[in-house]
Amino acid sequence: MTIAAVLWVVAGVIAFAAVLLVLARLIKGPTLIDRLIASDVMLTTLILVVGAEMVISGHTRTIPLMVVLAATAVLGSIAVARFVSRAGADASADPGGDHDRG
Amino acid sequence: MIEAETVASILPIAAAALLVLAAALTLAAAIGLWRFPDPLSRLHAATKPQILGLTLVVIAIALSAQSAAVLLMLVPVIVFQLLTAPISAHMVGRAGYRNGDFDPGSLEVDELAADVDAATATDLPGGAWHDERGT
Amino acid sequence: MTGITVTSRGGRGARVRVGLRQKLPLLVALVLLWMMLWGSTTALTILTGIVVALIVTQAFYLPPVELSGRFNLFWFVAFVLRVLGEMIVASFQVALLAVGPRSRHRGALIKVDLHTRSDFILTGTALAVSIVPGSVVVEVDRANSVLYVHSLSVRSPAEVEAARHHVLSLERGLLRAWGSRDEWEAVRS
Repeated sequence: MTIAAVLWVVAGVIAFAAVLLVLARLIKGPTLIDRLIASDVMLTTLILVVGAEMVISGHTRTIPLMVVLAATAVLGSIAVARFVSRAGADASADPGGDHDRG
Repeated sequence: MIEAETVASILPIAAAALLVLAAALTLAAAIGLWRFPDPLSRLHAATKPQILGLTLVVIAIALSAQSAAVLLMLVPVIVFQLLTAPISAHMVGRAGYRNGDFDPGSLEVDELAADVDAATATDLPGGAWHDERGT
Repeated sequence: MTGITVTSRGGRGARVRVGLRQKLPLLVALVLLWMMLWGSTTALTILTGIVVALIVTQAFYLPPVELSGRFNLFWFVAFVLRVLGEMIVASFQVALLAVGPRSRHRGALIKVDLHTRSDFILTGTALAVSIVPGSVVVEVDRANSVLYVHSLSVRSPAEVEAARHHVLSLERGLLRAWGSRDEWEAVRS
């Protein structure tokens, strides 16, 4: 094995450990916000892995996939955050829970 | 002058080393996500160090493809992340704060709480959503 | 293309006309993005890029950004480099905090009253604050230009003040590059 191949394996093992930890937080929660953050990290990790795969396999075919994921990753977070925010504002007992003065 | 052959043999190793560093940053984010005590801290640990990781991977791809056009195509990836990561972090943080998901005890100083109490309540438009909180 | 009028900033400003000149930065950015996505710099790409940019800006109307009319490239590059540098350093700091021993670190929600009254500077400062790991803007009071910033690790009241000054210095850096002359003169001292 070349030095580069050894480094690839090391990177892969580290990334796998990271994904397991993120998955643990995704399952455990405890709040919806925690899961939202965890899924965000998962998606960014996916983008990283797609990029790493290109380096390892020596091609550039999945660059459009990376671009699209990077551009749209934010939408899911915003949609859920917006939903949580409104549900929370309705459910919360205190009237000061929402103070958007835009 | 460095000979072309030397460069050709070092570049894959440099690219692979960047991948290891990016993976390490991801792992650090995951560890922070797991270990930090409250959701707001986890938000910090999780989202933003990964932009640096992504930048490293992009550099690694450009190194391994050795093409300026490839680098040009990858610049939007970083720009999108730089522009959107703060937005989602803000939206998530704000939603969590308004929801009361953050333990006030985890804050040393909270200068927002007083202002929230002082502010007159204004409803968001379209506030007819029914309570479907998962908590 | 010059006939669009809008009301700016929540009734405070007057009605402004959006000329082609004000739209130009957005158009140029869109054409550049188009070229990057195709990974080519040929005349055909530029031409199709201009067409697509015009269609996109007409179809998806955005309220015009009120720029100050002053722009200093040198200080802007300095500002961007500073934010990127801080981002790199802070990324490792947050990573070390995550893997290091459990220390008694607590967060802080800090109210920062910005000097500027410009939406553009407010947005730029909030973006810069949020890009740097360890701080995130939780709430914005646009009418009064106030940012509520959450800082990850604060140990003493002095560090709270340091975090507040850090945000203000970012605003100062952006004002130096892109703020109106009045606002830059106001914070210059």
